[in-house]
Amino acid sequence: MKPNRVIVTLLVLALAATLLLPFANLAENRLVSGTPYRFWSALTTGQLVAALALTVSLTGMAVSWYKRPVLNGNATLVCCLCLLLLVIYAAGDFATRSLEDAGPAARVSLSSAFWAQIFCLSLMMIDVLQRMTRSIFMQVFFALFAFAAVMLLFFSGALDQLSIMREYANRQEAFAGALVQHMMLVISALGPALVIGVPLGLLALRRLRLRSGLFSTLNVFQTVPSIALFGLLVAPLSALGEAVPLFRDLGIRGIGSTPAIIALVLYALLPIARNTYAGFAQVPTAAIEAAQGMGMTPQQILWRIEVPLALPVLLSGLRIVVVQSIGLAVVAALIGAGGLGTFVFNGLGQYAIDLVLLGAIPTIILAVLADCLLQLLVSLSRRKGVT
Amino acid sequence: MIGSRSLSASLPRTGALPWLAALFVALTLFMGQSAPLFEWLLPGLDNPVYDRHSFPDLVLDHVVLVAASSLISVFIGVSAGIFATRSVGQEFKPVISAVSAIGQTFPPAAVLAVVAPLAGFGFKPALVALALYGLLPIVQNTMAGLETVPSATLEAARGMGLSKREILTRVELPLAMRVITAGIRVSVIVNIGTATIASTVGARSLGTPIISGLVSQNVAYVLQGAILVALLAIVTDLFFERLERFFSVDRN
Repeated sequence: MKPNRVIVTLLVLALAATLLLPFANLAENRLVSGTPYRFWSALTTGQLVAALALTVSLTGMAVSWYKRPVLNGNATLVCCLCLLLLVIYAAGDFATRSLEDAGPAARVSLSSAFWAQIFCLSLMMIDVLQRMTRSIFMQVFFALFAFAAVMLLFFSGALDQLSIMREYANRQEAFAGALVQHMMLVISALGPALVIGVPLGLLALRRLRLRSGLFSTLNVFQTVPSIALFGLLVAPLSALGEAVPLFRDLGIRGIGSTPAIIALVLYALLPIARNTYAGFAQVPTAAIEAAQGMGMTPQQILWRIEVPLALPVLLSGLRIVVVQSIGLAVVAALIGAGGLGTFVFNGLGQYAIDLVLLGAIPTIILAVLADCLLQLLVSLSRRKGVT
Repeated sequence: MIGSRSLSASLPRTGALPWLAALFVALTLFMGQSAPLFEWLLPGLDNPVYDRHSFPDLVLDHVVLVAASSLISVFIGVSAGIFATRSVGQEFKPVISAVSAIGQTFPPAAVLAVVAPLAGFGFKPALVALALYGLLPIVQNTMAGLETVPSATLEAARGMGLSKREILTRVELPLAMRVITAGIRVSVIVNIGTATIASTVGARSLGTPIISGLVSQNVAYVLQGAILVALLAIVTDLFFERLERFFSVDRN
């Protein structure tokens, strides 16, 4: 019997965390440290039995993995997802039960064993997915399905008593505003970045002598830490806003979204210009010559040969930029540009971890989702390019 | 191989490194005496130079934080990359490479903000967060670098009677060194940036004057911190560029 050693290792890790670390924390209010609860004392008997049954079947399948790899793979995915949902639901249920006869300021927060279980279960699902399919479509499809299931749990109200959800309930409108603001920052940087970056990439293609200088200059922007670039833009922009009242009325000031968007554009230039260059440079000359032989005009060659063949590389540049901008926009909150970073840094300032999580978890989800979707787009464009 | 900087190896030799390094050292030493300059640039400030900590101290804090976290990342990251490409660890390779790819889509600021408070505030939590995040590009590039070693080369080494260990240290690692260095470069540069934000979780760094300037609306503080940390990042990047070129196989 040859086991799936990855799943076995992860199961051992998850079990160790469950036995050694607290699962949830119940506190009178935000300021006191509260009482930690272990996994087994936080769950109802029914939930414990279900969790145990799922764990035992996971172990069984992992130990005799290679007897029936396909069946075990599918069943492991289902078991992992069920266990994941069960753990999240049980945490919400524990909060609901323990807050019934507690004061209004009491709160239940998630502890390290919870996060370790979520982490290990996600890794198990990633391992199985990697083994079962090379297709990015199937992988993204499953990831979206799992994400939708977790989201359903969120909106069902079963988790409403967890401290992070209470934090969310208190700030529902601000949260929606910050989310929109965050995405607006990213989107408003994309347009200018494409308008400047693509021509720069084409320029590098046509003028080889400019190429190295151009890319090392753009690399400098990528190198400078985000908060430093924001900071370096604050001074000239506030001077500009003060000197020209018209600019100030247009919203060009030292702090706010203007320096943030300018910085995001500067960061985006290298990936876009470089991938434009690389995309067009890898179009085989044979393909262009064949098109010329068929009597295509330069216009037709550009749009029907070069652009389709360069598109996958261009789109992977876009993917880098979108994911990177979502992350950089977090830091933009420090210069008053708003977005989800506002919660992160307010939370850090008040030592309120739940508030930090309220900003950090959605940005992580946003970045991973954007990455998944753009990856899908890249492989779609590649498929189309081949046929 | 990850790539925002993979093109740089083909860039021409730049002679800017010693000059920028000298400029960085000079600015670090004399930033404290720059009051007249900032008074002239930004009239009307109460206090034109950040003086709660000396700039050499802040630079030292920043460099220590980045260097310590990067050392941890390099040690764990290269070991994990080697493990995943040996026959013992082959089974773990898909999950390790998937995690290092997915993990890098996580915003570094978000990772810092989530990890650091779990371990308390201050230097150590920031160190943990930086080391964790810095692992990912190193693992990824170590695996990629080791995989680019041609199988013919490995067979030749085996034919010469080298042991597995000798093949790793005398054939594979030297050939993979350029790609591994590229990964370390990405990791260090990202960490210099994240260490700047680490002042929000209580670790002193060059971000401290920037944040303090943003809070107290003192643009001079912001500029002083930003100029130094930007130069630090650029100098480090140029240094790694040289290192990569030194390790590139076709340097002869």
